[in-house]
Order: sequence, then C-alpha cells, then structure tokens
Amino acid sequence: MMQQLNATLRRVPEWAVWLVGSLPLILLTADVLTGNLGVDPIRDIEHRLGRTALYFLIGSLMVTPVRRLLRLNAMHLRRAIGLLSFSYAVLHLGAWVLFDMGLLWGQMLRDVVKRPYLIFGMGAFVILLILALTSNRFSIRRLGANWRKLHRLVYLAAILASLHWLWALKLLSSWPVICTGAILLLLLYRAYVAWGQPLKEALQFR
Amino acid sequence: AWALQGKPSPLSTDQKPNSFEEITNYNNFYEFGYGKEDPARYADALTTDPWSVEISGLVERPGNYGVEDLAPESALEERIYRLRCVEAWSMVIPWLGVPLSSVLNRAGVQPGAKFVAFQSVLRPSEMPAQRGSGIDWPYREALRLDEAMHPLTILATALYDKPMPNQNGAPIRLVVPWKYGFKSAKSIVRITVTDRQPETSWQTLQPREYGFYANVNPQVDHPRWSQATERRIGAGLLAGRVETQMFNGYGDQVAQLYAGMDLKKNY
Repeated sequence: MMQQLNATLRRVPEWAVWLVGSLPLILLTADVLTGNLGVDPIRDIEHRLGRTALYFLIGSLMVTPVRRLLRLNAMHLRRAIGLLSFSYAVLHLGAWVLFDMGLLWGQMLRDVVKRPYLIFGMGAFVILLILALTSNRFSIRRLGANWRKLHRLVYLAAILASLHWLWALKLLSSWPVICTGAILLLLLYRAYVAWGQPLKEALQFR
Repeated sequence: AWALQGKPSPLSTDQKPNSFEEITNYNNFYEFGYGKEDPARYADALTTDPWSVEISGLVERPGNYGVEDLAPESALEERIYRLRCVEAWSMVIPWLGVPLSSVLNRAGVQPGAKFVAFQSVLRPSEMPAQRGSGIDWPYREALRLDEAMHPLTILATALYDKPMPNQNGAPIRLVVPWKYGFKSAKSIVRITVTDRQPETSWQTLQPREYGFYANVNPQVDHPRWSQATERRIGAGLLAGRVETQMFNGYGDQVAQLYAGMDLKKNY
C-alpha cells in the first residue's frame, strides 16, 4: 500500500501544492469580501494569515519524519510547502503593517526592537526570507554543503514563530500550546536522530 | 421588552457609539472563554433573574439588594463612554446606569472606609471557562473609595435601550471609563467596602503586567506591548490607529485623584 501511495505522491506536481496552499487565502479573501469576518476583521485577517504560515512551517518540518517513520516520500514537495509558509508570513506581516499598525512607521520601529513578541516574529520572518531567497536550484548548487547547514535555521524559525504567538497572549490557551508542542516534538525527533541514535550505539559498544 | 431610556448626561462623549452588534459580539468576559466571540456564543446560559447584590463591610445598611432597587428604571442615566481595552483596542458605548456613589450612599459608607471591592458571579455550571484553570474564580476587582464615588463611575444595567445583554455583564456591571476595561467588573453579586486594598484578579495573576490602578496611560506601556495608540473597533480596514489619551480622555475630571502619585509605579 505504501508503495502505491508513494507512486501516487511522486506524481503530485509542485503546482498542486501551491493550488491547495492558496485555499486558505482564497477562503480568507471570500470572508473579507462577504463581510463574514465579524466585528474585528483586522485581527481575523492578521491572525489567520499568521496561523496559516505556522501550519505550513510545521508541514515542512513533517516531511522528513514522515519519510523516515511512515516511509512516505514528499521530499520533492517540501520547497513548495516552505515557500507557502514564507508567503503567508509576508501577508501576515503586511496585514500588521497596513491594517493593524496603519503605517505608523515610528511606533513599529520602536516596538520591533523592544517587544519580545515582535523580536521573535521578525526573527522568524528574516530567517524565512533568507531560506526563501536561497531555495532556488542555483543557490542549492552554489552553496553546496553549506546549503543544508543554512537551511537548518528553519528549526530556529519554528521556535521563534511559536514564541511570537505565545508571547502575544494574555492567558495561555490550548491551541497555540498544542502547535508549540508539535514543533518541539518534530525538533526532538531530529535531535534524537542526530545524537540519540549514535549515543545509544556508542554505549552499546562499550 | 420595551425600550429603556436614560437621562442624557453632560459626562457623555459626542463621539459616535459603536453599533449594538459590535458591542455585543466582541468583548472579553473570560468566564465564558478566552476568545472575544465566546461571550456572545455562551452567555445565553447565564440566569440573571433572580439576582441580588450583597453589599457588606464598612456600611451602615449591609444586606442583599435587588437590581431594580439599586438602579431603578426611573433613575437611569445615559452615559456614552469611550472604552479602552488593555489589549489596545477601543469602542464607544452608550450605557444606561446609575452613579455608583448613589448606591454606596444608600448603603451608607462608614468613616474609615478606603476601598470598594467587587465580585462577579461564580457559576461554573453556566460559565464554561470557570470550570477550567487560568483565573482564580470568582473574578474580583476593586477601586479606591474616591474613585468609586467619582461621578464618572457607574453601575450599568442597560446598553442602548435594551436591558444589559448577558455577554456584557448582565444584569449589573461596573463601568469606570478612565481605566482599562478589565477594571469594570461584570455580573456583580457582591460589593464590599473595606479599609484595606483588596486583591484583584489580573493583578494577582500577573502583578508585573496589571496594576491595581490600571488607569489608561499612553506613557506607561504594558510590559509586552505599547499603549501609545489604539485601534477603534468598527473603523474599517484602512482606518489605522488613534493616539491613546491620558486617562482615556477623562483627565479633566479625574487627574486630580492622582495628584502627586508616580503613575509609572502605580500602573
């Protein structure tokens, strides 16, 4: 069955990921245009875009564990998933700048260097920007082995993005905590693969 | 129910009030959940009749008072107030109510009284978030006696011309327009006059972030976000932000209450 699934998965083109990935934006736009967003559309637009960016970031972190644990290979779709996360992060930041802050550049600049939740968010955004800029074939070839090292920054981006969310809350609520937990789990898996396995083997051979 | 009416007041703002829709579908009432749509979604379950408010402590006539007793329809005043949330959004709300001072005078404040504490209803069976952790229920708030006696401070029982909707704190709630919204306790069941500064919910939860006074102050930021500006709910996608006013624009009336106080320390 896995073989069949993998065969199907291999035939899924990148543009199909983009198509599915644009659905949250289409639904959001429809909700804005039909006045379906309720009393404070600005907050809804901003928060939905931010959450979608985080979901795709989590999705991109799932590709490797899913391949190793379930033997399902979606590696050829990972770049599109990552770029979708970046695209929603751009829209999220844009909504903050334009709708929420109303282009108050002075206050935005003062806040961005002072408020932890904005420092976290901007940090995550800058990392995603760098990763997006170096996601093309040319950069991958040019950077060689360094490309993998550079793109490990996505782990940091994921942590910063969840801190950005948690730090803006008045009281901890369950959904952002669950998302943060998912990210920690996905990072722990990598730590285990990188250090846990070798450590276990080293101990066994003693 | 027929339309309620209140005497117009010179203390009202002439700014355009938010719609009934907006006021009743977007607010914080943590007993019903942490989301701003939760109060509208769940508050139907709250029983507000019968209801009585126990007034106790340093008063001449302690006891249980009915809502109609404390705020008779004939005494209602219309107070169109700005409301500034500590989360940096704001609304303009036409409350109907009575000055808190009239209620305290009925109970008779004893000499030596310094503070007035308010307790919201504790009813986990009707308020879903009271069945969880987060805040140590019931919700508690308090004012200094001079703040409580100030003419701007009211107990509201109606919104526009309708009895107070459950999600906005039915049947009777506090409104203190120069302080952040969380000071204005909802669905009040107990008022206690005391000589010691009472513990209040948000201050107990996060003393570094929420003070006892919680006066609207654009110069004193919340430790995690700026209070310099606010977003007026309902103003439209491209309306931007407006500057937050000291004491939410009520400085002429209330600044003297805090003469000589360091408002950075007493936030």
